[in-house]
Amino acid sequence: MNWNSASEFFAMGGYGLYVWGSYLVALAAMSVEPWLAAQRHRRARNQIVDVAAPAQQEGSG
Amino acid sequence: MPAHFRLFTFAAPSRFYALAGALLPWLWGLTIALAAAGLYIGFFIAPTDATQGDAYRIIFIHVPAASMSMLLYLVMAGWAALGWAFHVRLASMVARAIAPTGAMFTFLALWTGAFWGKPTWGTWWVWDARLTSELILLFLYLGFIALVEAIDDVRRADHAGALLAVIGSVNVPIIYFSVRWWNTLHQGATISATAAPKMASTMFTAMLLMTFAFWAYAFAVVFMRARAIVLERERHTDWARDIDQGRVAARGAS
Repeated sequence: MNWNSASEFFAMGGYGLYVWGSYLVALAAMSVEPWLAAQRHRRARNQIVDVAAPAQQEGSG
Repeated sequence: MPAHFRLFTFAAPSRFYALAGALLPWLWGLTIALAAAGLYIGFFIAPTDATQGDAYRIIFIHVPAASMSMLLYLVMAGWAALGWAFHVRLASMVARAIAPTGAMFTFLALWTGAFWGKPTWGTWWVWDARLTSELILLFLYLGFIALVEAIDDVRRADHAGALLAVIGSVNVPIIYFSVRWWNTLHQGATISATAAPKMASTMFTAMLLMTFAFWAYAFAVVFMRARAIVLERERHTDWARDIDQGRVAARGAS
């Protein structure tokens, strides 16, 4: 075990800014990307439904 | 289901759509499991580096991201070329699906490199061969995306993108060998096929696990985007309409 306490872990031996600055941005980028891809997929599916059932769309509510 | 599969069975967009969809939960599960194991070993088992202190722990995402950025470019160029040469529509769609993921990993390689360079070299950025060629890779990805989005005719866009991707792939060996060909601040290759790893085995294990995690991630997110692209292009086909048959029918009934 490298760390004796949580604060030691977050300090990263004085390199906390650099280590967490790298990891947090990586986590953010790798969370946003799948979310965007899922959105695009959902949009494509919705569009197909809208085109396949256009007349019904007007009347329903 | 046909009883026998042929080589191009999954080149049919409808089959690819179904197969990729079935694989997604497994790929995400694998991504999370590998990343959890890699991060645990990387932060709790691997020792502090004697010269770099704990700043070196950036390696567990920096090297995998940098290697993915180069690998994905070659894979993208390969599929784009295949789609162009043999008129395999799905191959061109997959090439398009890879580009944003490749750009994201290239950005991460540059970002984590800057955050590692600052404490170890004393600077966020230098215009040396390795860093500059990696920046060019980012522009190549962005150029590919911009080019294929700018041309309305889908097939012509695919062809133009393929040409750009293939020509740009010259940059990949330049990135890879830059640390040998030029005097650079960047250190040499971390992993070599011919020499034993120069780092502690726990560090190496963590880096390897994170590399596999990024692989699984890349497959998962590229499949997600490729499925979206397939639907966008196949929206007038019966199979695409059948996916949400229930929703279409429900609207008809209401």
